[in-house]
Parts: sequence; C-alpha cells; structure tokens
Amino acid sequence: MRLNSVGQIALVAAAIAYLLGVYFASSPVWMGFTINALIVAVIALSWNITGGFGGLSSFGHAAMYGTGAYASAILQVKFGLNAWIGFGAGILAGAAMGAFIGALAFRYGLRGSYFALVTLAFAEVLRICASSFEFTGGGSGLQLTLAPGIGNLQINDRTVVYTALLIVVAAVMALTALIKFSRFGAYLIAVRENEDAARALGIDTYKIKVQAMAISGAFGGLAGVLYLQLWLFIDSTVVYGSAVSVEALIGPIIGGAGTVWGPLLGTLGLHLLGEGAKHLLPNAPGLNFVLYAIVLICALRFLPQGLVGLAGRVGPFKKKENDNA
Amino acid sequence: MTFKIDRRDLLKASGAIAATLAAPSILRAQAATVKVGVIEPLTGNLAYNGTQSAAGAKFAADAINAAGGIKSMGGAKIELVVVDAQSRPEAAASAVDTLVQAGACAFTGATASALGLASSQAAAKHNLAQVFSIGTAETIVQRGLPNVFRFTPGVNKCTSVALTNLKLLNEGSGNSVKTAAIVHEDGPFGSNMAKIMKEELPKQGIEVVETISHPTPQRDFSNIALRVKASKADILIPSNYLNEYTLMARALNQQRVELKAIYSILGGAASNIKFVRENQEVAQYVMDCNHWYDPTKEESKALAAKVADAKLDLTYDIMVSYATIQVIADALERAASDDRQKMIEALAASTFDGSIMPYGPTKFVNGDNVNSQPVNTQIRGDKIELVFPKEYASAEAVFPIPAKN
Amino acid sequence: MSSLILPAVLSGLMMGAVYALVALGLTLIYGVLHIINFAHGSLLMLALYAVYFLHYHLGVDPYLAIPIVLPVFFALGYALQRGLIAPMSSGSEQNVLLITLAISMIVDNLALYFWTSNTRTADIAYAYDTVEILGAYLPLGRVIAFVAALAVAPLLWAFMAYTRTGSAIRAVAIEKRGAELVGIDVNHTYAICFGIGTACVALAACLLLPTFYVTPQVGYTFVLVAFTTVVLGGMGSLVGALIAGLLLGVIESLCGLFLGESLGQIGIFLAFILILLFKPSGLLGRAR
Repeated sequence: MRLNSVGQIALVAAAIAYLLGVYFASSPVWMGFTINALIVAVIALSWNITGGFGGLSSFGHAAMYGTGAYASAILQVKFGLNAWIGFGAGILAGAAMGAFIGALAFRYGLRGSYFALVTLAFAEVLRICASSFEFTGGGSGLQLTLAPGIGNLQINDRTVVYTALLIVVAAVMALTALIKFSRFGAYLIAVRENEDAARALGIDTYKIKVQAMAISGAFGGLAGVLYLQLWLFIDSTVVYGSAVSVEALIGPIIGGAGTVWGPLLGTLGLHLLGEGAKHLLPNAPGLNFVLYAIVLICALRFLPQGLVGLAGRVGPFKKKENDNA
Repeated sequence: MTFKIDRRDLLKASGAIAATLAAPSILRAQAATVKVGVIEPLTGNLAYNGTQSAAGAKFAADAINAAGGIKSMGGAKIELVVVDAQSRPEAAASAVDTLVQAGACAFTGATASALGLASSQAAAKHNLAQVFSIGTAETIVQRGLPNVFRFTPGVNKCTSVALTNLKLLNEGSGNSVKTAAIVHEDGPFGSNMAKIMKEELPKQGIEVVETISHPTPQRDFSNIALRVKASKADILIPSNYLNEYTLMARALNQQRVELKAIYSILGGAASNIKFVRENQEVAQYVMDCNHWYDPTKEESKALAAKVADAKLDLTYDIMVSYATIQVIADALERAASDDRQKMIEALAASTFDGSIMPYGPTKFVNGDNVNSQPVNTQIRGDKIELVFPKEYASAEAVFPIPAKN
Repeated sequence: MSSLILPAVLSGLMMGAVYALVALGLTLIYGVLHIINFAHGSLLMLALYAVYFLHYHLGVDPYLAIPIVLPVFFALGYALQRGLIAPMSSGSEQNVLLITLAISMIVDNLALYFWTSNTRTADIAYAYDTVEILGAYLPLGRVIAFVAALAVAPLLWAFMAYTRTGSAIRAVAIEKRGAELVGIDVNHTYAICFGIGTACVALAACLLLPTFYVTPQVGYTFVLVAFTTVVLGGMGSLVGALIAGLLLGVIESLCGLFLGESLGQIGIFLAFILILLFKPSGLLGRAR
C-alpha cells in the first residue's frame, strides 16, 4: 500500500486514528455505526476490484452480497449446518455468482453502462426469486436461531465484533493490495485502460475479467455473510435490494476507485456524513438525506478522483508516476 | 411544482416539526423526565405507517403528561426519543444504540416484523425492553428474548380470530358463502395468512377456489380481478397494503366482479378512513379483521378528536402505538424507576387493562400478550364501524353485501 | 384460464403503453447524453404530485394539465442538466450516475417532508369508467394513455428527424466534437435534450394519474421496468421504446397469469437479461 504524498498519509492516519478511537469513545452509537460502516466497507472493497481496477462499473453488487447471505442462511436454517460452514459456503457462493454473471456478460462483450444494467437486472431477478420460493423463506425471509457463541459465529460482545470486523477489513485490503501489485492486477488495470491493446499484447482479457468478478464476488459474499451473522435475519429486499448495490459503488467512487484505501475511506466518510446530517437535523426525518445528497454532489464537484486523489495532490513525494494509494 | 422552496418555508416547516416532536422537552424545567424510545420507519417505503405510529406515541405521551405524568416518580413527564428506522433492519438496530445513549428506559416499535426482529435483538444486548406495537411475525416471540413484549396479536391469532368470526357471520347468513378467493401480498404476513386460510377454510365448509399472491408494488390488478371473476368465488379474502388495495378495489369494480363479501385480514385499506373517503362506492360493506381500539372508551373518543384536530387520519397504527405507550407508562408507574432491568420485570408482571384497545388484562407469556385480540370492522357510509366482538360493537354487521337494485 | 388470455393481452398492452411513455424520456436522455438517469423515477413522482395538486387545489383535469406541466418540467430538466449535472460531474460518467442518484434522494425526501407519505388518489369522475373492447373491460384512463403513447412516440421521432433542434441533438449524440466544430452549442443542446426527456415524464404523469396513486415512493414502481424498456427497445430509440414497452406489458401480463403475479415479474427481467446477452443493441438500436 504505497502512499505517495503527505496528504494521503495524513488521510490514512486520520482514518486509523478514528477506527482506534472508537475503542475509547465508550459510545454505543459510534461503535454501532462504525460496525455497520465496516460491513459496507467490505462490499465497497468488493466493488472496487471490478469497478475500480477493471473499470467494470457494476450496478448490481447486491447479487453477490445476497447470494452469500442466502447460501449461508439456507445451509444453517434448512440443513442445520454449522455457521462456520455457512460462512465458507457463503463466500464460495458469492464467488460463483460473480463468475457466472461475469462469464455471461463478458462472453458477449458487454461493458460500460450495458454491463451496469445487466448486473442490475441479475440482482433484481435474484431478489424476485428469493421472495417467491419457499426454499428461500419467501417473503418472510430467513431468521437464524439465536444462539450466541463463537461456535455459532454469533458474538454478543460488541468490542469483539468490532475487532473481528477490523481484522476482516484489513485482510480484504491486504488482499486488494496483493492483487493490485500482482501480474493479475496489472492485467486487470490494462483491461480498464485499453482492452483492445491488452488483448493485442496477448492477455486473455475474458479470463481476467471473469476471474476479477469471481474475486469480487467472494468479497461480496463475505460482506453478505457478515451481515447475516450480525443481524441473524435476511429477506430479499434487505440483501438483494438496490440500496446494497448503491452502497457498494458510492464509497469507492467518493474515496477513490481503484485504490486500496479508497473504499474504506469513502465508506467511513459517507457514513460520518450521514450521521452528521442526522445530528444536524434530528427532528426532520428525510431532510438529513437531503443534506447528505447535497454534500455528496458538492464532493463530486471537488473530488473528481475521490478523497485519495485529492489527498494525493497535497505534498506529493515525487513527480507524478502513480498517484494511487 | 418546481424546486422552489424558500428559506422561510423551510424554517417554518422545520420549526413546526421541531415544536411538535420536541414538545415534551420544553416541559423539562417543571419536573423530572423519563425517556421512552420510539423506533419507527419515518423514511423509506414504510414511512406512512411509521409516521402514523410515531404520531400515536406522541398523543399518548401528551395525554399521560397532561394527566400528571408518572406519579410514582414524582409526576415525571414522559419524554419521547423518536428515532428513524429508515425502513431498514440495520438502521432499526442502530436506532437502539441511540436510545441507549439517550437513556431510554424502554421503547415501542417498529411497524414491520423485519425491523422489529432486528431492533429487539439489538436491544436484548442492552437489557432494553421493546413493547411491540405492530409485529405480526411469530418468530418475534419465539426467540426466547426476555426484553420482547408483543402487546398486539400476531398473524396466527389474527387469522384464527378472523376465521372464527367469518364462521359466525356465515352461519348467521344461512351459510350463503361457499367458495373463497384469496389475494395476498407475498411478504411475511400475506403469505402466512394465506397458508393458514387454505388449511382452515375447508373445515368450515368454504372451498378455496383461487389463491393469488402478488408483489408489492403491483402496478396492475386487471388480471387478478379477472381471475377472481373467473373463479366465481362468493367471497374475496384480500391481505395487502393500502396502495395495492386501492388499485385492486378499482379493478374489481371495473371488471364487474360480483362478490357476496370482501373480508380482509390485516388489510391496509379497509380500516383506513382515507381510503373510505376517496373510494366510498367500492369501499361499502368491506370488512376487515385488524387491530382497532375500543371506540366506546372515553379516552378513545378523546384520541379521535385530537387526531382530527391534527388533521391526521385515524389509523390502527396510531391506536396501537398509543396503547403501547400506555403499557410502558403503567410499567413505569409500578417500577417507579427508569432502570432498564426493573422495566423488563415490571412489563413481564403487567396486568394492565386500562389501554384503549379492546383487550383483557395484559398478560405476557413468553413475551406474547395472551389477552390481545383483533376485531372486525366494516365500512358503512363514510365511517369505519366496529362490528365484532359484540361487546365493543358500534354497529351490526351486514353480511353478505345486500344486492344492488 | 384460456378465456382470460385475450383480456390479459389487452390489459398488458394498456400497461405497456405507460411503460413506453415513462421510457421515452429515459431513452432520449440515454441516447444523446449517454447518461443513466437514476433520477427519472423521482421526476415522475414529482410530476405526479404536480398534476395531483393542480387537480386538488385548482380543479384542473389531469389531461388539461398537460399544457401547464409540460413547459414547467421542460424548464426543470433544462435547469437540472445545465445548472447541476453538467457543472458538477466534471465530465465523469460515474459521477453523473451518482449525481442523478443524489438528485433522486433530494427530490424523494423533500417530497416525503413536505407532502408526507400519505397515498393520494385523484378524485376524478371518470376514474372508474371502462371501455369495452372485444369483450374485455379496459379502464378509460389506460386506453387514453395507450392512444397517446402511439401518437407521441412517432411525433417525437419526427421532431428529432425533421426539425433543426432535432438534427442538432442527433449531431451531438453521434459526434460531440464534430458538432461543436460546426457551431452547435453542445451544452445548450444537451440541456434541451434533458428538458425534452423530463417533459416526456411529465406527460406520462398526466396520463398515469387518473388510473394510479401518488406517494413519494411511486417512482420506483416504474423506474426499473422503464430501464428494461429502454434496453429492450435499443438505447436511444424512441420507436424501439414504444414497441418494447408494449411487448413488456404483454410479457408481464401473461407471465403473471400463468406463473402467478409474484414470480411473473421475473418475465420482465429475464427478457432484459436475454436481450442484453444476445442482442445488446436492442430491438431497434444501432450497433454499439
């Protein structure tokens, strides 16, 4: 995770300070809301693999998130399997769904807004299926049996939950960095910059893109499983709804798509903004979202490269060569 | 209708909202306050029900404060802490954190089962009691959480009472109804209700000839109306939300579907006065088995007047939310403390029978109030009348619908 | 069940006309500006409220509201593109998408704040009237919307094909830089196009209100199916949107009849995925 400027170091240091500060704030509100933000950060990191590095903006990351959550919930509720097995299966199911959508979409060369719309449609089809079949609990959704204990992946102590999520997010970010600086990552970025040129150089762009979708799907499935284990309840709108897909892409774009730190920074920033708006307008439900959206528009005006891009321009170490963190 | 909102309007509007929601805090100077939480979806797709419920809670708190507050606590006033659940489970759960930080002693909520499941589970970790206003899914009371108190009936009780009442009505009409069509939304309550109905109706001699589930939102009801018509069912049993019910009522009328009765269960519209006013012709004689207050009580009449003054529609959301605050106030009175654990104990021991609902003395068994019951309402003219059970009735039931001349 | 097929096809066509009307503006904006406009549903909602309040407060019939609402929404669309989307997006496609999302968030929540979440239906004398066609009863309002859709799509196409403004819009859509070089004001043309798209939504609202309801959430009821219509018809194709809208209405109606209304919704999205996979350019779209 190379940081290339004073600004980026300061930004990352602020985020780490905040995340550690939550331990000492002894405020259930901060803790609770940062826990939510961390789960969203995982789905944001998932989107970042394809949307950031590969330039494949998906508008349906809920498809992977929901599939992970449902796979784990079905195994636990309908087959009585242990939550840890469900955890692993959820990640695999997410990866499989990602690869499946990718394989279909890329076979016909879909990209740009076409790719965005096809992912949106997949998420919608899955949402409708999940709410229509008995197997997935239909409209009632699936409720895990409440049985706290590490063996069931249900943790009551929120400090422990928080620490575990920090470790998960750090691990996903480490994997992201590994991918970014690997040969595979270089190929993926080449696909984003100029797919035809990449193919001319002998890169199997189809394979690269499908693999990227599978990795992204695994992270997405992971986020879904984390949500399930935290709240123990899912239904079709909660995990396959378009709100999830929006959350997946908004954090990386604001934070800096195609960077390691961007998704986390963007997600934290947006959640802080949302919480701030709620505190500024406590008695006007709805107006807090208006304020949030106005700040969002302004942020887009001034952050064309996201937070990481902006920070990169503050005190750069050397002449521009790779201004991503 | 452009974006023109000038600053004065905004200030005026936010001032008004702030004044209504913050009213109890103005009284803080006079006496100690005790904080009670309200978690409702004020934004998102459940905003209508959530906003109505929050209003109901406020009416209750105002009434209790006006009557001298919590007497065992030196006349402490109830101060509501209203938090938006945004129609999303994780937001409902986060709202619990806000309540804990604010020092709430218990809370009411949360309109939809998915929200209530999340909030009560989060609250269990803080030993914070949730008195459910609406929460029809049975899983709510099957998790063994000590902080869960469901004051109103769940889907099983609603459906079985609806069946019993339907049987009585049908017997009274010489068993004129022999076939039924069920139209339900595909969410938890609609699906559950349909499942029970399909098993139980044949036992009372009514054959289910058509079952149609539809999503929310459903844009067109023409096909559904045609299928109901083709099934030649005597009675239609719908269970869906207000928007869909409105479209369905129109389609039934437009497709000239002749029915002996429309008997809805937890229907969103048949007990909504606004629907009645806007669709008087098609709404006539529609029956609903739903949460409803006891209209004969003085306090109910006072509430109805206040709701009318506030230019709100008197829906069951307002009624049940009002009642749950009454239940919490009674527990506070007995606990004489805003300690969360003491509140759970006081609620568990509740025998409160002074609420506006037509219930017997409160008795929570595994968190479920065994003496709650739904009632039958019927639309008559521009009014919603309570027709069942007899001891609370404000009008005699008309069943089947009299033939048009 | 078989006796229901004809009425189901007819009511599907009626509903499909509404989808086409909503999709016309969306496809125009996509075809020219290459913007996926996520605020489209919210603008539809806003227009429905406008028509509703004109009727409620001033007694203006929804159909007579057309000459009032259309210019207002044209101006609104023009201003949104010129004053907000273009300057704020810094030219990035992802940013445009987020800005339209933010706009929809603002519009939705302001509507919730000022007009509350109450469901409103316009109390119109002919709301329950029907027209009998081939033995099927069709709601009068839907029949009017159907006829209007059949008329408006070709009109709009003719406007694009034969007027000066139309050809400027087409020029900008095909080759932005070239159009700039021959002296076309690109920003103005983009805003005109966004304005026309928004006016289309207002028209859809006028035709929809007599048979539907209004809530702050109502836009989402139509927006996903409108996206499907746009893709199916070929992004940017007006006549394609009309045909696709009608087709989807029928698919939805028949799937609903045979698979049940819940699962029947899948028909729409399967059509969506299939068309994207096998003919991404849509029924009448140009090759990518």
